[in-house]
Amino acid sequence: MKVLAALSGGVDSAVAAARAAEAGHDVTAVHMALMRNRAQTRQGSRGCCSIEDASDARRSAAKLGLDFYVWDLSEEFEDLVVRDFLETYSSGQTPNPCVRCNQFIKFEVLAERALALGFDAVATGHYARVTPLGGCWTTPSACVDAAKAEPPPADAQEIGTVGETRGLLGDSLLAQGQGVDLRRGLEPAKDQSYVLAAVGPRGLSRCLFPLGGATSKDEVRREAERRGLPVSAKPDSYDICFVADGDTRGFLRSRLGERPGAIVDQTGAEVGTHLGAYGFTVGQRRGLRLGRPAADGQPRYVTAIDTASNVVRVGPAASLAVERFAVRELVWFAPESRRAAGQATGLSCQVQVRAHGRALPASVNLAPLEPTAGTGERAEVFLAEPLRGLAAGQSAVLYDGDRVLAHGLIAGPSDWPGDGGRHG
Amino acid sequence: MRPAALAAYADACVTANPHATHRPARRARQALDQARESIALALGASPAEVIFTSGGTEADGLAIGGIYAARQEGAARPYLLVGATEHAAVADNAQAAGGARVLEIPVDCMGLADLDFVAEHLRRHGQETALISLMAANNETGALQPVTELAAMAMRFGVPVHSDWVQAVGKLPLSLGGSGLAAASCSAHKLGGPVGVGVLLAGRRTPLKAVVGGGGQERGVRSGTLDARGAAGFAAALEQALGEDPATLERFLAPLDALIEAHPSLTALTPSGAHLPGLRSFAVADAEGEAMVYLLDQAGLACSAGSACTAGVAQPSRVLLAMGLGQWARSAVRVSLGWESTAADVKALVAALPEAIDRAQVAARRRAAPRTRATGRVPEGRG
Repeated sequence: MKVLAALSGGVDSAVAAARAAEAGHDVTAVHMALMRNRAQTRQGSRGCCSIEDASDARRSAAKLGLDFYVWDLSEEFEDLVVRDFLETYSSGQTPNPCVRCNQFIKFEVLAERALALGFDAVATGHYARVTPLGGCWTTPSACVDAAKAEPPPADAQEIGTVGETRGLLGDSLLAQGQGVDLRRGLEPAKDQSYVLAAVGPRGLSRCLFPLGGATSKDEVRREAERRGLPVSAKPDSYDICFVADGDTRGFLRSRLGERPGAIVDQTGAEVGTHLGAYGFTVGQRRGLRLGRPAADGQPRYVTAIDTASNVVRVGPAASLAVERFAVRELVWFAPESRRAAGQATGLSCQVQVRAHGRALPASVNLAPLEPTAGTGERAEVFLAEPLRGLAAGQSAVLYDGDRVLAHGLIAGPSDWPGDGGRHG
Repeated sequence: MRPAALAAYADACVTANPHATHRPARRARQALDQARESIALALGASPAEVIFTSGGTEADGLAIGGIYAARQEGAARPYLLVGATEHAAVADNAQAAGGARVLEIPVDCMGLADLDFVAEHLRRHGQETALISLMAANNETGALQPVTELAAMAMRFGVPVHSDWVQAVGKLPLSLGGSGLAAASCSAHKLGGPVGVGVLLAGRRTPLKAVVGGGGQERGVRSGTLDARGAAGFAAALEQALGEDPATLERFLAPLDALIEAHPSLTALTPSGAHLPGLRSFAVADAEGEAMVYLLDQAGLACSAGSACTAGVAQPSRVLLAMGLGQWARSAVRVSLGWESTAADVKALVAALPEAIDRAQVAARRRAAPRTRATGRVPEGRG
């Protein structure tokens, strides 16, 4: 296949590109420039946005003998990721920009452009496994099988896209109703299925994750070293790439302006002030700078954020416990699970609500209400045991073991009109 | 590099410092002097008016910073006028000149500088103007600026004019002596010479101060050991380039001109009248320049989108923005012919373009779709 490998400048994407090329794919490397004003050098553990990172990507591509291009997607990134980040925080919810970047930039804008320019798939360094048609693209041996596979017939139909480019392996599989499985990466500590689920089966049908079968990050680093890649010892990135100094609330203030307001406890008494209700996250304890201790001496957490009245509510840990919540913008991988969720008995599965959290047993029922504009398909999630610190705006991913069943965004009270805020 | 330039570079047997006095040094000095004379002759200057630099950027920086600083002696002259479509080497050094009030000379939609603006400015602030800089030919569009006219106008006010000749040397007839210019910048590699050597031509009476201090090897204003090999390579490349007929490049480009004229998606950005020989810029409607560059590169055709810059990150063209053509800033493609180019190269480009345009337009359409979707996705007043 003709594969476009997205190189961030980090070790994972470089090894992924190497594996794809070694498996026999015709690989071209591209680095996405996501920020218009890029820092010259990498600071701290922020991802891929400095010019130093672009140079690392270029050197890795040269080492692998791949053609290398830089594509400027900064306009789309600002429009689809940064703006969503600001709007979500303004609405009192907590965005996950990495999910949005995967959903809208890597596997939508970049992938669409790649397909239109004649590529068959996009390869990235994510730790997750995508399994079309029983075969696995994500282990080196399976890559070889896929590379050898016959290209789809020229008249293969695509689903929901402009049918001007040639048929695609993934899309044609979907057309045959085969679907695409997304499974956790084999290395639990690095598994990224949680941040990929929002992409959905169609988007993932044109992806290669050559690291999905990697059993440890050390294995990948050793492989990078063995291949002589200049980035083998580069630190992992964790922070939000576009918040230059890691100060998210400072970034929000600079973009949204200050809006001083009150922090109140469960009795309604004012216990502190803030410079903007946005920027807090339900479950947050640190950085509240409350003037006086709680009556019972127990720590207090953010329990609710009301950006309309600009009030942040705090309370004891116990008030954070949630047994049921709503999700919106559902994307399903498994049609049979969606059918089960539509039954009164509900879908029995596990739900994960944060990137490195545990998946908890849950039962899911599709919402009986007609979907309202903008929130997509919705469902209610019932937890077998209460969960603390559920932040609206974050991803809720439904699993059956290591298989992803669906992705939804955790809904806030205002996403569930007429419900009196019982959910979330 | 041109073989002739490479040969001159290799033959200039100079491991010695040309500024020393022993025998090997004198050989190096001789190679340097010969190159200086040859370049001076070719560009209508005297050898004393040739200041070697590390390239076009340093030549621009020395001209802007050095003339501006020298012009502050005796009287405050804060105004510094630069064309709106100048290369960053001029634009950024103007901004960096301490205390300068930088004014951009606006351009029209063909990229030509508005001389009425300059005349009006000089009438009011001629005595407070340190310097004007206007390029001979634009590197992105090939538009030729009215530099001689400007120099004549400025001379009446005693204001020196500098011109960035980097793109034009070897392709246009240029002479410092006949130009009325105070200074002009040149670069060797643009005409097939070695990278890393350039020249600032500066008239004997041009007020000029050093920007970087040191031994002052070049007329007391440019310091550092000179690269005699590079100078020899530059001189050889220049001599050969001036022996070629630029009209040949224009003949090569005729099929491309015909395609730009006929293809409904293409718009010429290079003026149809006077323009730099061998350069064409055009916009591709509903397509990204980056996608065009990728597709043509894969077909073995090296073109550019916007202007090349750090880390290969394409930025919307400042030149097109200044021309009021912001709508084309992401979709412009530039084709430059050099001494190696052939008619067959242009034919191959013309053959590859229609399919590349179709494909890049599909890519742009598919790229536009998710943006619209996501915008519709965000509910109003969520919270």
